[in-house]
Amino acid sequence: MKSSAFSDRAPIARTSTGIAGLDEMTNGGLPAGRTTLLVGGPGSGKTILALQYLVHGARKCKEPGIFVCFEESPQRIAANAAGFGWHLEQLQPKKLFILDAQPPPDLIQAGNFDLGGMLAVLDAKIDQMKAKRIVFDAVDIILDLLPDAAAKRREMYRLHAWLLQREITGLITLKAASHDARSSGDGPLDFVQFLVDCVVILNQAVALGVSQRNLRVQKYRGSAYHENESPFLIGKDGFDVAVSRTLISHGAKVSRERVSSGVNRLDTMLGGGYYRSSSILITGFPGTAKTTLSGAFAEAACKRGERTLFVSFDSDANEITRNLASVGILLERYVKSGCLRVISARTITGSAETYLVRIKSLAKEHAARCLVIDPVSALSQSGNEMTAHSVAERLIDWSKADRTTLVCTSLIDELLSASDGGSPLHISTLADTWIHLNYLVQAGERNRSLSIIKSRGSAHSNQVRELILTNEGVTLADTYTAGGDVLMGTLRWEKESAERREAEMTYISGKHKTMLITAEEAEIAVRIKSLQVELEAKQAEKAMLSRSSAREAGEVSQGRTRMRELRGADIADRPKRQRFKVSMP
Amino acid sequence: MKSPVKRLAKFKFRLYVAGDGQNGALAINHLTTLCREYLPNRHEIEIVDVYRDPKRAMEDGVLMTPTLMKLSPAPVRRIVGALSQERTVLQTLGLSARHP
Repeated sequence: MKSSAFSDRAPIARTSTGIAGLDEMTNGGLPAGRTTLLVGGPGSGKTILALQYLVHGARKCKEPGIFVCFEESPQRIAANAAGFGWHLEQLQPKKLFILDAQPPPDLIQAGNFDLGGMLAVLDAKIDQMKAKRIVFDAVDIILDLLPDAAAKRREMYRLHAWLLQREITGLITLKAASHDARSSGDGPLDFVQFLVDCVVILNQAVALGVSQRNLRVQKYRGSAYHENESPFLIGKDGFDVAVSRTLISHGAKVSRERVSSGVNRLDTMLGGGYYRSSSILITGFPGTAKTTLSGAFAEAACKRGERTLFVSFDSDANEITRNLASVGILLERYVKSGCLRVISARTITGSAETYLVRIKSLAKEHAARCLVIDPVSALSQSGNEMTAHSVAERLIDWSKADRTTLVCTSLIDELLSASDGGSPLHISTLADTWIHLNYLVQAGERNRSLSIIKSRGSAHSNQVRELILTNEGVTLADTYTAGGDVLMGTLRWEKESAERREAEMTYISGKHKTMLITAEEAEIAVRIKSLQVELEAKQAEKAMLSRSSAREAGEVSQGRTRMRELRGADIADRPKRQRFKVSMP
Repeated sequence: MKSPVKRLAKFKFRLYVAGDGQNGALAINHLTTLCREYLPNRHEIEIVDVYRDPKRAMEDGVLMTPTLMKLSPAPVRRIVGALSQERTVLQTLGLSARHP
């Protein structure tokens, strides 16, 4: 636990419990050489936790342990442990010893007694085994035989003092009525909580018929610890305590690698695809092709040869492959090759925690690099509203830490949010990429639209696109915007063809107009020609006219001269006129 | 007095105590008093300290101290506690009816 801030200088030695979540809550485990009290109601998992603690110690920490059972026979405990695959017989008796301390049913009691005999026996056993851990399971059974509170208290003190003196790490389990497990009431054994160094409380609550288990560290002397309740689950390997998010996601590597969404144009819109190990949320109303889009992602992942897990809460595995095949997403061959695993996890009952643990272990089992959960909103059903959010949060954190690319779909109830509402789990804020699918109802058609609401760390298109499903696959089409309206489907097609026609018309009329103008031009040219001809004629006429008038004038002057000549008149004023003529030019 | 002694079997007891604790001392006291009164000359008491001999305690499954084991006559009976409730002890040993 190097990542934790306060454990670096913690003076208290700790013993790992083998339960990752609990170790994290206590910064490394139960206090070594000290006593821890485990309180829980019936069926809360006290015995299992205690036994897991010993098994882990014996297997992984070289710390042999002794299990003192007051309630169950060693045979039954071994049988129960076998259910978790712990194989106690491999550890017994050298590393793990189970002491049967059940009071015989025909026990006759006459007067006060103490646990001296047991401690003497244990003393001998500890020395023989070099045991480091010891569990007293259901110590209340034997304390109940004691006549009064004072005697109970005395024996408890005796036990505690003995544990301290032996410097062995002790774990004592005690029953608590489930309703008062959260707070220390005033039961006869509540003083034990003050005696010991660490108290862990197991709690089982039922909300709307769904069991929710919680674990809480109530006390940890000399150390900081996570004080909040943390959900846990008894899975097939034993305890699984949910880990708080801050620590696990700490230092998770961030990838710049892009992975395809399975739709080429969507990749382009996202600037290259999803980021590796990011979480993608696809929200939408029923039937907006959420599953199809996530199927496309799964197919693309399998094409790259990445192991993929597809968890469906809606439909059967075979149904999914069949339905997706109808839109050209062929998953069957990958299922056969083992690259893809399709799991159907119908939402029947079970807490959100159960699902998370199942998904996690399935992903681990399959070594999945890509994970699809369809829909993740199923987690919030059946009484899980309270916890589903944190589960979804931890799902995202876990996938990040595990470097798994996670695609979740989330159903949006049409009544809940008609607008671009967030998903009911509010994981929309946590997801790195949020794609929203919607319907656009226009002219008697429902058309699917796709928009990227956010995509952290990458430029992305702001356009709403039309999502088209065909036999060949999924594609996106540009939507048609006309006069502020987004047109899709047939309307888009109609509008497009109308525009085409219009353009043709414009072209034709343009041509027509050109021709007309050319004709006019020609006409004008002709007119120009005729006018020119006319002009020439006029000019010619004018020239002729001037010539004839000059001749006439000549003839007149000639006639005058001749007349003068004939008359013999003098030419007194002639030079004057000649001089005038000379000065003219 | 001779015939009933022969007729009646000898009582063999094993009493486990934890060191010299109070309960153990009480139990030894109670047992010897009882034997003197009800089983004169036909009893045998073995006292085992669990701290000295934890192996035997384990073999006999004795975890609560003091524990009295009546080994014979059959059946074997065990009584846990300081034997302070005489009635219960006598009843368990099958003595109360014959020796009121």
